[in-house]
Formats: sequence, structure tokens, C-alpha cells
Amino acid sequence: MSNPILSVRQAVKTYGKFRALDAVDLDIREGEFLTLLGPSGSGKTTLLSAIAGFTALDGGVVHARGGDITPLPPEKRDFAMVFQGYALFPTMTVAENVGYPLRVRKWSKQDIRDRVRECLDLVQMGQFADRMPNQLSGGQQQRIALARALSFRPDVLLLDEPLSALDKKLRADLQWELKALHERLGVTFVYVTHDQDEALSMSDRIVILKDGAIQQEGAPGELYDWPRTRFVANFLGKSNFIEARMAGREGDRLIAEAAGHRFAVKPAAGAPETGAGCLALRPERIRLGRPGEQAFAGRVKQISYLGERCQVLVDHDVLGEVLVSQPTWHAGVRPEPRMDVSFGWDAEACVPLTDA
Amino acid sequence: MNEKLRYWMLVLPALAVMILFYIWPVLNIWGISVTEPSAGLGNYTRMFDSNAVRVSFVLTFRVAAITTILCLLLGYVLAYTISNFATRVRPLMLGLVLLPFWVSVLIRSFAWIVLLGRSGLVNDALMDAGLISTPIRFMHNELGVLIAMVHVMLPFAVLPMLTNMRGIDGSYMRAARGLGASEWRAFREVYFPQTLPGVFSGGLLVFVLSLGFYITPALLGGGRVMMISEYITYQIQEFLNWGLGAALSVALLVATAIVLLVAARFVNLRKTFLERS
Ligand SMILES: Nc1ncnc2c1ncn2[C@@H]1O[C@H](COP(=O)(O)OP(=O)(O)OP(=O)(O)O)[C@@H](O)[C@H]1O
Ligand SMILES: [Mg+2]
Repeated sequence: MSNPILSVRQAVKTYGKFRALDAVDLDIREGEFLTLLGPSGSGKTTLLSAIAGFTALDGGVVHARGGDITPLPPEKRDFAMVFQGYALFPTMTVAENVGYPLRVRKWSKQDIRDRVRECLDLVQMGQFADRMPNQLSGGQQQRIALARALSFRPDVLLLDEPLSALDKKLRADLQWELKALHERLGVTFVYVTHDQDEALSMSDRIVILKDGAIQQEGAPGELYDWPRTRFVANFLGKSNFIEARMAGREGDRLIAEAAGHRFAVKPAAGAPETGAGCLALRPERIRLGRPGEQAFAGRVKQISYLGERCQVLVDHDVLGEVLVSQPTWHAGVRPEPRMDVSFGWDAEACVPLTDA
Repeated sequence: MNEKLRYWMLVLPALAVMILFYIWPVLNIWGISVTEPSAGLGNYTRMFDSNAVRVSFVLTFRVAAITTILCLLLGYVLAYTISNFATRVRPLMLGLVLLPFWVSVLIRSFAWIVLLGRSGLVNDALMDAGLISTPIRFMHNELGVLIAMVHVMLPFAVLPMLTNMRGIDGSYMRAARGLGASEWRAFREVYFPQTLPGVFSGGLLVFVLSLGFYITPALLGGGRVMMISEYITYQIQEFLNWGLGAALSVALLVATAIVLLVAARFVNLRKTFLERS
């Protein structure tokens, strides 16, 4: 890896006996879009504000390019942070808000005016310069908060669930804009969200947190295709879990047995290769067929249409309920409730998990 | 129609009491001021010519202004501490702020006499400690009136500011610091401007109440610091000078109204007096 712009080593934060951060190690590369993803209470905000300097760590260090920044107060760290509630200063106009970091840095009036205009244009809010924040809609406030954070060209932009207060349509628009801004400016983004779709669509790299510890990190596709634990498999997308008996390697493949069938899976580091194991299987990797066409026989229990896709819950004697997801329009079986079907999957569709 | 009738039935008792025992007497006072001892504006010309009245009015406004400023300074620090730092002891501190409301002003003023008198607790303690050799005059002067007034008025300054500050989210300060402002700068430029409505409300409340305050200045001033309300009592009780007393009351009412009118340009009066939580 190229030199990280920011790294966190063995970060610990405790509240009484409770560990909000538990020995977190994290490297952030220059220019990447890194997302901290995790359920509520997993420590995302705590980690972000430890990086920003608002939360003092009980153990561990934060390094920025120049060296150890753990003891520095937030104003000395030169990162910018966008808060969930935007935190636009209500007594200042939009232009004054955006220019605030520059005023603090003692820029000249003319330079401030130019940069403010430039930043407002960047977020397409040029004509709102003289409004007060409470005269703006939520989406507009969000844009101003972004412009304000970017105005002094920080190396790193920290964003704590910046879109969570907006409705779905506006969120999608702003996701695109954020992504475009990131590509255009080359600033490193550290983005906190608990929305997996947001994480998958925007990030270069995702770090999944649970109970104050990092569960797994990687590119979105990598995480989706190769979850290491049940938690990750379920948190990023949906997954079926198959209790299998692992029967060792055959060539470079791993053989698993479940419900009287033997099938090949791709080996995964850290997962058991013999004895009891657990496999994750994505619903969209399962094919449905008429009885006898596929390896496993089952019966449709429930169907729900989600527009372009439909989800089918199939009952199997041994495997239990299996979730299948297929395009609503396709050439195969049109499942109906209580219909007898068969189902199966391609070799290597299953991923062995480490926490069997 | 029925709705309207019910509305008036509910309002009427209170309205009757107000008219009978408040508005009617006030109107009578206005009447007395232009009829006693003889019809005409004689009382008012006497009032404007009188040196003693002018001195008393100046004193009243000075005491009210100093009380307001001191209450705002002390109250701001207190409200700031309660709303930003005290998390576990907040209910206790709020209780201490409200406690004086449950003890009558009379008793609190007498308590100050016990404390500040020639051989009161404060002077005794200072003398015993050898810090002073003769008692300091805390009472029967403006200093004593101010000390007690600040104490009596403090809650009226604290409460509006507290309400205001508790509505200010901590993320503003954090945002300012995250953008590069020092703690002091963030306070000055981001936090303080947001607290101004509370400061104005509290200040106005204290100032208006102080203008007409009677008990505390009367007790602690001991007849030597005569604020306008005591001056009025004096005229009526000692000299049976109803006409001048009434004219002075009208003048005080008008002065207070002017203060409110001027303040209305800067403060949301409805919020100050009607919507405090
Ligand atoms: N000041 C505090 N005092 C005590 N516990 C705290 C404090 N701040 C956070 N916590 C606890 O630390 C844990 C992590 O909190 P954090 O705010 O980082 O969660 P999060 O991942 O950001 O969650 P969310 O998605 O709900 O914002 C939570 O269980 C929370 O209750
Ligand atoms: Mg959070």
C-alpha cells in the first residue's frame, strides 16, 4: 500500500465498562473514498470523532502524514467534518458560513469572496449566497455544509451520515453529486453510514464495524462476494446460510456436503476445510427449476415482488427456508405459492465462512 | 356562538377581578394625579421641577441598570455552566436557581440584613479574620441595595438564558472547531451570537422588574437610598400627598412602557413574557 494519509493504531475508547472502540486498526489511503459501515451503536461516530479530535482516545494513536496527531485539538488537525444535522451557523448567511474556515485562517477579503463563490458554484448554490440557513431546504443545507467543509481544501473530509435526514430521491441525487465531487477534487473522503446500499454504491473501500471492532474491510464487490462472517454476509445484502460438512480439498477446490449432496466451493482463508462448516449463499445465485431439473427439491412458501426482482421463499426438508431472488421477467419457472420446485446453484456460488 | 359564550364565561371571572381590583384603581390613580389637591397639571409641573424627584428617578434607573448588568454577567456564566457542563448535577443546579422563588422576597431581604448589618455575619467574619478593623458599611447605601437586588433578580436573568442555551446544539461549536476555530473563537463567533435572544429577554425582564421594585430597596436602603417606588410610598404615607404620589406612579408607568416599547424593537416580547418554559 502507498503511504496512508491517516492511520489509526489500536484505538480504544471506553465509556465506563463499555468499549465503544476495541483496538481498531485502520489505514486510510490518500484520495480514496472510504466508508465506515455498521449497525447503530457500532462505534462509527466514535471512530470518526476520534479521528477529527472531538473524542479523546483511552488508548492507541492517530497518525496523519506528518506524524502523531493524537494530542492535537480538532482545530489543529486541518480536517473538515460534515455533521449529520449540518450544523450551519444560524446567525451567519450562507456566504459567511462557507467563508468561515477561511476567515479563521486569516485569508484576505478578496480571496475569501472568490473562494466562496467558487465553492457555492461547485455545489450549484451560487444564487443562495445571501440567504440565512433557516431559509433553505434540507438538501440545500446539506450542499452548503459540504461547500463550507471543502472551502479550505482540507486533505481529508470526514462525513457523519450526511444524507440520513433526506428523503430517498434526494439522497440518491446527492450520492451521485458527492461521488462526482470526490472524483473531481481528489480529497480523501471518510464517510460514515449505516445504509449498505449507500456504502456499496459510493465507496472505493468499505470497513465494516460491529461492537467497536472492525469485522472486515475491502472493496464493495470483494466484500459482497467474499464475506468472511455471518454478520458481514447478512449486513451487506441478504444471504442464505447452509450448514455443511466440509470434506477437504480436491485439487484447488473445496468439497462440501449438505442434504445428501456433494458440491464444490472456493476455498476461503481462515474457514475450516474439514468437519462442520457454514456456507453463505446469495439468493440471486440460486436457480429455480421444475421438479427434478435441479439438485434440491422444495416447495414454494411465499413470494414477494419487488418490482424488477422477485423473492421466493422455498422450503427444503433439510436446509430449511431458502431465499431465492430472480428477475421478475425471465424465461424460467414462474413460481406460485405451494408449487413444487427444484433449486440448485453453480459450483463456487457458496462461500465458506470463518465463524462456522 | 355557543363557543364564544363559553369562551367568555371562562375568561370572565379573571377579567372581572382584573378590572375591579387592578385596572379600576390604576385609572383612579390617573384621576387623582390631575385632581388632587386641585384640578389641573399642577402635580406634574411640581414633579418636573422637583430636584428630589429627579434624583430618585436617576437613582432608580442607575440601580436597575447596574442590577441588570450584574445579573446578566453572573447569570450568563451560570446558565452556560448548567447547560453545557453539568450533566449529573444539572437537576440540583436548576433546583438551586429556582429555590429563591419558594422563599418570599421579604424573608430573603431580611436575610441580607442579617448578613450585611454592622455586626452581621459578613462583618463579624471579616473582623474575626483580622482582615478589617472597622465594620464595612454594606447597608443603608447603594451597595447593599445592589447586592440584594442582584440576588433577588438573578433567577429572572438565568431562566430565559438557560432556555435559550439548552436549545443550542453542541454540534455548532464542534463544527466551528473542526473548521479551524479555537475554542474561544468558536464561542465568540458561533455560540455567543446565538445566545443573544436569551440575554436580551433576561435583561429586559430584570430591568423592568427592578424599576418598580419596592421591598428590597426599602429594607436594604433604610430610607437613604430612595428608589422611585419607595419615594411614592413616602409621599403618600408620610405626607398624605396623594396627588404627587399618583403623578409619580403615572410617570413610573410611562417610563416602564417606554422601556418596553424601545425593547420591542430588539426583543420578541411575546417570547419573553408569555412563553417561558
Ligand atoms: N458520551 C457517551 N457516553 C456513553 N456512551 C456513549 C457515549 N457516546 C457513545 N456511546 C456509546 O458508544 C457506542 C458507539 O456509539 P456511536 O455513536 O459511535 O455509534 P454509531 O455507530 O455512530 O451509531 P449510529 O449509527 O446510531 O449513529 C454506543 O453504544 C453508544 O451508546
Ligand atoms: Mg453515529
